[in-house]
Amino acid sequence: MNLKLSVDNLFMFLAALLAASAAVILIVTGFTLFNGSLPVLQRFGFDFLIGTKWNPVEGREIFGALPYVLGTLVTSCIALLIGVPLSLGIAIFLVEMAPKSIRVPISYLVELLAAFPSVIYGLWGLFVLRFWVRDYIETPLSIYLGWFPAFSGTPFGLDVLTAGIILAIMIIPTVSSVSREVVQAVPDSIREGAYSIGATKWEVIRHWILSYGRSGLFGAVVLGLGRAIGETMAVTMVIGNTIGPAAIPTSLFKPSQTMSSLIANGFLEATPGTLELSAYMGVALILLLLSLFINVVAQVMVTRVLKVKGGAVE
Amino acid sequence: MVSYAFRKFKNRLFFVLCLACVIIAVVPLLSTLLEVLVRGAPQLSVQFITQPAGVIGESEGGIGPAIQGTLILIGLTSIIGIPLGIMSGIYLAEYGDNRYAALMRRVNDVLAEFPSIVVGITVFTVVVLSLGHFSPLAGAIALSFILIPIVARTTEESLKLVPNSIREASLALGVHKWRTTMSVVLPTARAGVVTGTLLAVARIAGETAPLIMTILGNQNFFQGFGQPMDALPLRIWRDALQPYPSLQAQGWGAALILILIILSLNIGVRIVSRGRLGR
Repeated sequence: MNLKLSVDNLFMFLAALLAASAAVILIVTGFTLFNGSLPVLQRFGFDFLIGTKWNPVEGREIFGALPYVLGTLVTSCIALLIGVPLSLGIAIFLVEMAPKSIRVPISYLVELLAAFPSVIYGLWGLFVLRFWVRDYIETPLSIYLGWFPAFSGTPFGLDVLTAGIILAIMIIPTVSSVSREVVQAVPDSIREGAYSIGATKWEVIRHWILSYGRSGLFGAVVLGLGRAIGETMAVTMVIGNTIGPAAIPTSLFKPSQTMSSLIANGFLEATPGTLELSAYMGVALILLLLSLFINVVAQVMVTRVLKVKGGAVE
Repeated sequence: MVSYAFRKFKNRLFFVLCLACVIIAVVPLLSTLLEVLVRGAPQLSVQFITQPAGVIGESEGGIGPAIQGTLILIGLTSIIGIPLGIMSGIYLAEYGDNRYAALMRRVNDVLAEFPSIVVGITVFTVVVLSLGHFSPLAGAIALSFILIPIVARTTEESLKLVPNSIREASLALGVHKWRTTMSVVLPTARAGVVTGTLLAVARIAGETAPLIMTILGNQNFFQGFGQPMDALPLRIWRDALQPYPSLQAQGWGAALILILIILSLNIGVRIVSRGRLGR
């Protein structure tokens, strides 16, 4: 490349430099968290990941992140179990079934769902959804299926199940819009071929479209998982916020804690320079690594599918 | 062989199920909107949006500092984040045909899905601890970390929609490439860029988690760049967890104001991009 000192080249370098801002943020974040969590990692080593106790009292410090990792994973899985079928239904309805006139308003409504900030869902969850979940879902479950460990305990409303449901609501826009693109990217010739051998719409969707878009849909699900894992405020407001071994999500009706809600609740109470602050950093590091892993997987899957099969979508 | 009637029945059933999915998803949306309106609207008054919080049980007070704080944050974040985001997007779209750009594009996509609380901790360590105090600036930096990847992505996508013939026409007149980009390509794509940017701003206006450890919250109006500041999302969170019904009601009022800000950005953008700015 001919690198003369010209305004054109200067502009290109400036743009190239600024294009690295995302990478700089990523590196600074990774470094900060790693550096900040070193003390706690050195002190407790692997026990930090598998320990369950959390005691910041000076001289008796012990920190274990396991309950919060489990809390994050369990609530996110509930979110997927509820949110993914709903999102798939919405995507299929919008692409394959809805008449044009209602397609636009519905997709606009679903997008609007994504526009509301997390804290407002938290507010709604705390004052409205909580009572719906307690009265209409948890109470019947606990009466009829209370013998089942996952449904044990007294329904209270501020617990793992409510957190999972609110997460499900919040991942619907992401999962449904990506799966919509994936379903749209299935070429019409596939549909025409399937219809021409006499398949019903349901059969076309189930046997052709879903299998054709399989890996893209999987990517959409993983992307939703990434969203759910990082979500903070809404979960913080409905999960009940327990600390230590009590936070292990053994039942859907138990208050618990996720990694992000732990940080949101406790971070400010830690004094800079103490082991406690370092423990929060360590939890954030776990969260970061988990979310990086999930998002890279999701992105690779989604872009591959849309590139190869969509063409126009890219 | 399954009978045709049964297959038709399954088909019907599936249609109903999909429709049910849409309805179930819309319920939380409508319920949230309704509750915020019903519980928030009675709070609205001039005093509520201009006064600082009063003493619990004595005077009603308002959320003036929170509204002011959110507006300051939106402004500062835009100043920091939008130029960076747009320039990144320009690079990715106009010079982006190489490995470096491909890597940056992927990093950008990853950053866009970052847990926002992690960003808050980073800025806390890098900015708040080194400055020695909570600051509106720290909040704005944290929010711009969230803003940059979104703006970069939408800018790139909008610029890619500009037909190459427009670039070629400009270059053929002897205009430099940077000039072509800034005065021909970018203005052509402005509807998309403006829309994407405003939507990104609407998104960060409601961000809460990174504000907890960067601006902290404050009962009073803006007191300078070395002091903690309040913001609407923080106020909503703190008020909601108070045991006093009057404060909880204030939280709903603050939620209504926040939703109004966000929805007006969202809806305004759609109207504007269809009208004058649209192509």
